[in-house]
Amino acid sequence: MVDFGGWDMPVEYSGITAEHMAVRTGVGLFDVSHMGDIQFRGPGSLAAIQALSMNDASRLAMGQAQYSAMLYPQGTFVDDILVHKFSDNDYLLVINAGTREKDYQWIRSQVGSFAGVHISDYSDHYTQLAIQGPRAQETLAKLTKTDLGAIKNYWFTWGTICGVPNTLIARTGYTGEDGFEIYLPSDEPTSTRVWNEIMGAGEEFGILACGLGARNTLRLEAAMSLYGHEISEDVNLFEAGLERFSKLGKSDFVGSQALLHLQQSGGPKRKLVGLEMIDRGIARDGYKVCSLDGKEVGYVTSGSPSPYLKKNIALAYVPLDRTAPGTEVAVEVRGNLVKAKVVPTPFYRRAKKQATPVK
Amino acid sequence: MTYPATYRYTKEHEWIDATAGKVGITDYAQNTLGDIVFVDLPKVGSKVEKGKVFGSVESVKAVSDLYSPVTGTVVEVNEELATAPEKINTDAHTAWILKVEMTDPSEVDQLLSAADYEKFVKEETH
Repeated sequence: MVDFGGWDMPVEYSGITAEHMAVRTGVGLFDVSHMGDIQFRGPGSLAAIQALSMNDASRLAMGQAQYSAMLYPQGTFVDDILVHKFSDNDYLLVINAGTREKDYQWIRSQVGSFAGVHISDYSDHYTQLAIQGPRAQETLAKLTKTDLGAIKNYWFTWGTICGVPNTLIARTGYTGEDGFEIYLPSDEPTSTRVWNEIMGAGEEFGILACGLGARNTLRLEAAMSLYGHEISEDVNLFEAGLERFSKLGKSDFVGSQALLHLQQSGGPKRKLVGLEMIDRGIARDGYKVCSLDGKEVGYVTSGSPSPYLKKNIALAYVPLDRTAPGTEVAVEVRGNLVKAKVVPTPFYRRAKKQATPVK
Repeated sequence: MTYPATYRYTKEHEWIDATAGKVGITDYAQNTLGDIVFVDLPKVGSKVEKGKVFGSVESVKAVSDLYSPVTGTVVEVNEELATAPEKINTDAHTAWILKVEMTDPSEVDQLLSAADYEKFVKEETH
């Protein structure tokens, strides 16, 4: 068990590699109750979210979810978020565990005085489980009458799962794989029962309970950002390469003015890239990225062996002139320069079966 | 898991089979590391020093230094681990990493016995 934002969480249950492969080839179950849940209610909800969130929440239909982020006025990250539209007067923002307190304070300070919106931290009210993998739908289908096939990627609905009514069932995840996230009442007997029933339903597909370790390697293969690594208060939107998820230039939000200014004055000086190690060695978080002759030019934000691709991969910040795929750099691995090359991201992309996420 | 009584152990979780000069990491260490993907082996002929780093072992989640239980010269490394590092996960107490010719065989006496190591691990996990 490790402490993760105040939560005791297992890094692994049966082993990171086995758990990772279960999600890529079958199904895996994650307890992601540590994620924070902030509810916006009232007719002023959309205006408040539009001010805070870089993506365009006005484009959301009821039952639709959207990847976004909250930025500081200088265009760096408070946190990345998922915005769910329940109705015109009701939205749910799913936020990171480690930033929960900070996020909530930030939201209150920015839009707390907006008219017609009531903001509540519902994080402790939900048990959030993620069922991820190509067999996720078949697993969950055994436990609900809801037509899961009708839920498109980044959409959600409410249904009864394991006899628990009004359960939010979202086709979202953080693994680069198809799957669902469900939000249950956080009482322990219900949570435990549903967990066990999902494990039972997935048994024929080789379901494994998955910990933080596999969650990290899965999202890394999919090149999804993790707060405190790829994104932070020291990294701006352009550097992180997430501008496709923003309404920049179309609508104002906290951070947009600084970003427009930055865009006009030449853009970012460094960018996040994918690295694949050429020589033997594993890049880890925080390792230096160097030129081939050893001059420090950047740093690794996340690095690990990739259990699926069987390569050593990393995400790293490098200067603009070293971002082209094929560019060779060196990573300083425990005192040795180990050769790596820039590669396109994501490292892993699942075979297309359904619509892409709404961006 | 039982720790072979004929081996001696370090608090850094290495074992040494003094009769053969074989050095490896303990079952507790492999279990803590998880899936091992890479073992950085020293060269044959290189010197190792008691308590000093001689290499590293990497799992999916972490990298860990290897500390030599004794002082001496590396006479053989387990090349099998270069392509099959997971052997350490399967059986840590037979998957030796290197063989060392000890400069002072009496150094072994300063190391932990199996019973003492087991006690040490129990305390560490509490």
